[in-house]
Amino acid sequence: MSTATGTRRDVLGTSALRPDGWQKVAGSFDFSSDLFADGMLWGATLRSPHPYARIRSIDTSAALAVPGVAAVVTADDVPGKPTYGLIHQDQPVFARDVVRYMGEPVAAVAADHPETCRRALAAITVEYEVLQPVVDAATALDAPAIHPDGNVLRHQRIVHGDPDATGDVVVEGDYEIGMQDQAFLGLEAALALPDAGSVTLHIATQWLHEDRTQIAACLGLPEDRVRLVLGGVGGAFGAREDISLQVHTCLLALVTGRPVKMQYGREESFFGHVHRHPARIWMRHHATRDGRIVKVEARFVMDGGAYASTSPAVLINAVTHAQGPYRCDNAVVEGWAARTNNPPCGAMRGFGVVQACFAHESQIDRLAAACGIDPVEIRLRNAMRTGDLMITGQVMDSVAPVERCIRETAALPMPQDADDDPLSRPGGSGLTADRRHVVRGVGWGVSIKNLMYSEGFDDHASARCTLQAGRVSLKFATAEVGQGFVTLARQIAATLLGSDDVVLEPMDTDIGSAGSTSASRQTWMSGGAVDGACRMVRERLFERVASAHGLDPLRLAIDGTDVVDTMGDLRVPVAEASAGEAISHTFEHHHRPTEELDEKGQGRCHVAFAFVAHRAVVDVDPELGIVKVVQIATAQDIGRALNPLSVIGQIEGGIAQGLGLAVMEEIIVEDGKVRNPSFTDYLLPTALDAPEVLATLIEEPEPMAPLGAKGVGEPPCVSSTPAIVAAIRDATGRALSRVPVRPQDICL
Amino acid sequence: MAEHYTLRVNGASHDVRDAWLGESLLYVLRERLGLYGTKGACEQGECGSCTVFLDGAAVCSCLVLAASAEGCDVTTIEHIGSDDEPSDVQRAFVEQGGVQCGFCTPGLVMAVHALLDANPSPTRPEIREAISGNLCRCTGYGRIFEAVDAAIRERGA
Repeated sequence: MSTATGTRRDVLGTSALRPDGWQKVAGSFDFSSDLFADGMLWGATLRSPHPYARIRSIDTSAALAVPGVAAVVTADDVPGKPTYGLIHQDQPVFARDVVRYMGEPVAAVAADHPETCRRALAAITVEYEVLQPVVDAATALDAPAIHPDGNVLRHQRIVHGDPDATGDVVVEGDYEIGMQDQAFLGLEAALALPDAGSVTLHIATQWLHEDRTQIAACLGLPEDRVRLVLGGVGGAFGAREDISLQVHTCLLALVTGRPVKMQYGREESFFGHVHRHPARIWMRHHATRDGRIVKVEARFVMDGGAYASTSPAVLINAVTHAQGPYRCDNAVVEGWAARTNNPPCGAMRGFGVVQACFAHESQIDRLAAACGIDPVEIRLRNAMRTGDLMITGQVMDSVAPVERCIRETAALPMPQDADDDPLSRPGGSGLTADRRHVVRGVGWGVSIKNLMYSEGFDDHASARCTLQAGRVSLKFATAEVGQGFVTLARQIAATLLGSDDVVLEPMDTDIGSAGSTSASRQTWMSGGAVDGACRMVRERLFERVASAHGLDPLRLAIDGTDVVDTMGDLRVPVAEASAGEAISHTFEHHHRPTEELDEKGQGRCHVAFAFVAHRAVVDVDPELGIVKVVQIATAQDIGRALNPLSVIGQIEGGIAQGLGLAVMEEIIVEDGKVRNPSFTDYLLPTALDAPEVLATLIEEPEPMAPLGAKGVGEPPCVSSTPAIVAAIRDATGRALSRVPVRPQDICL
Repeated sequence: MAEHYTLRVNGASHDVRDAWLGESLLYVLRERLGLYGTKGACEQGECGSCTVFLDGAAVCSCLVLAASAEGCDVTTIEHIGSDDEPSDVQRAFVEQGGVQCGFCTPGLVMAVHALLDANPSPTRPEIREAISGNLCRCTGYGRIFEAVDAAIRERGA
């Protein structure tokens, strides 16, 4: 179905509809788990039941004897590099001598039926010598190394201004953030098709090219013999940035010479991807009596789990955002990411900043109380502005409407009194809360979040635009994970080229990298690439029209679906002007360079920043310890609303994930063992938990951004969490220094 | 494994041969009948992605043994509408922004059809309760509520 109806055109700024929406509602959209091939085998993974153990022996002979089994592979069968990783390649494709976390892959099988796979896995005998796991991140730093690379994944200090500065008012606290799961709905799945020593992998991922680099190295193949095609992605949120089943699927396909499909179940998914880092944070703020921040001190210990993944970058994000969206001239901050025998942690929406924000926003409320100042007023007094110096010495040169975010959030209406419907009370359909016991509270959270990759990394993006006879064809490797880049790309082309006939070519590795769909970066980066490619094509189109009519091409412009002479009467439909030979250009967008931090944590390490404020209203039953988040009001700094409907969707979705971290979501790990790897025991917000969301979009176009728009994906889940916890504190008087807030934290 | 039974799905009969009797209805719909519109995301009846109608009642197909559905009428998302001819609920999901990654969407569409067929004018709490067995990780449910409201308006018009 076309989304361009009548006179409405899907240009930038409109709420154009998703081009894949009609397939998605009809169930005809191919997610990677929906793919199949003739003669296909199923793959499955054997995982360690122990968080830390030596492997004495692996006997696969009984598994190979199970009828229907085509192959069993272990570390011995990995033809190339035995390890992979986004930053450090320290994670084995299969454990060889030692397993370092519960769920680490040990072997994989390919067979004719998932049930045959299950029986084959059960027939593999692994003899383990169980070791005492290292499970506390702080003690891991000095404990005997559990990996040849040591237990310190990263350490960074930030010393800025006068480290000895003090204030009249000092507040400090210890904070703890639990391990959150991305819990995308579409489980890990891939289909590998072998072809004479080459392989094509259809995969739900966030970054096709980075996957390819890691897969090819492990397979011992040149990259041009590994082709990746994006399978439909059922959500990501960071969990698809690392390798999960990619290498295993390709390896089984190459070994058997047959197509192999792998897909995880929900339990396996909890073991198959990284999670949000649990963190312990100590923070101390010095301020003047009128609440102006003089200095921040902080210590972060983040649990990276068994392998590095993106822990080094997550740690840097955490420590460099310790000041929050507030001016702060002096800082002494130190952070560690530790290796433990807990599940590996890596990227999740907010990427280290979620953890920092829970601490700094809890601190700001303590400071407000200590100074006798309203929580909103103290935030306004300290609000960062464009031109301020950050604790890294980086000048804040993004548009920084922090004060406006706070004021516009405060201007949104408060919710009405608790309604009488018991479904709306804390406990929802459990009907457990008595209205007379319910207490209402209000809390605030404000945050800053970096956009794009940092520390000198050039995460560029490519796109190709082809125009012929009015039809625009766009090619990019940008992973569409649900965020709506497929909608935005069409809007960019419709706007710049005056065409309503915009088709998207398959997303695969047949074009240059688009970088990862993460770090709130694709609107800026891939948007910039599509914008650049369309502009180059438009220039050629104008040259063609100009030469045909003897005009200066600079006089030409796109008006609606026509090329027009801005100084004359000429008006040619784009479809007519672009008849004949196709015009095609590829554009590679780069953000400005960044730098690594020095030993004092100084350096322009981030590209740009976005800001947001959240005000939460909660109803709490203090006796039962249950919470209903009634309303979240928010004003978000988005630069420019390229698609308001998509922006609202990101805001509401991010807030729900922030709510989850605030009051229900936590992977429980005891002695290195995951206790709740299921949707029965890992609780996610449902429709009954969803708060009313009131959102104001603050549109101050960002001059650095190609389309004036900032990324909008991460900020909603950064400060919604501390806002909700502050509201629970307001309702109950409890200190609440950890998230998620559990019933026993409120009622016991 | 050599078993044989018949499933009636979307009005048509399908022979299921040589199937392991432990297969769920979800597995058989997808992997044996090629009806991939029904999704699986938890295998425990927690997420609702696999919602189908069994003799008109919304059930989680991951919790139903396929062989036990012999003699029942099974209705899947493929019978509700198509890309070109969406149902009112499906249209509302697209137009109101209720779709992001879309993985939960077929199950939610089934749940909303079940709700509105039983109760054409549900209250907001009734809507929330009715779809609270369907997890969505992308949208935060706000645009899904808008979609349900739009479908109700259209049916009432």
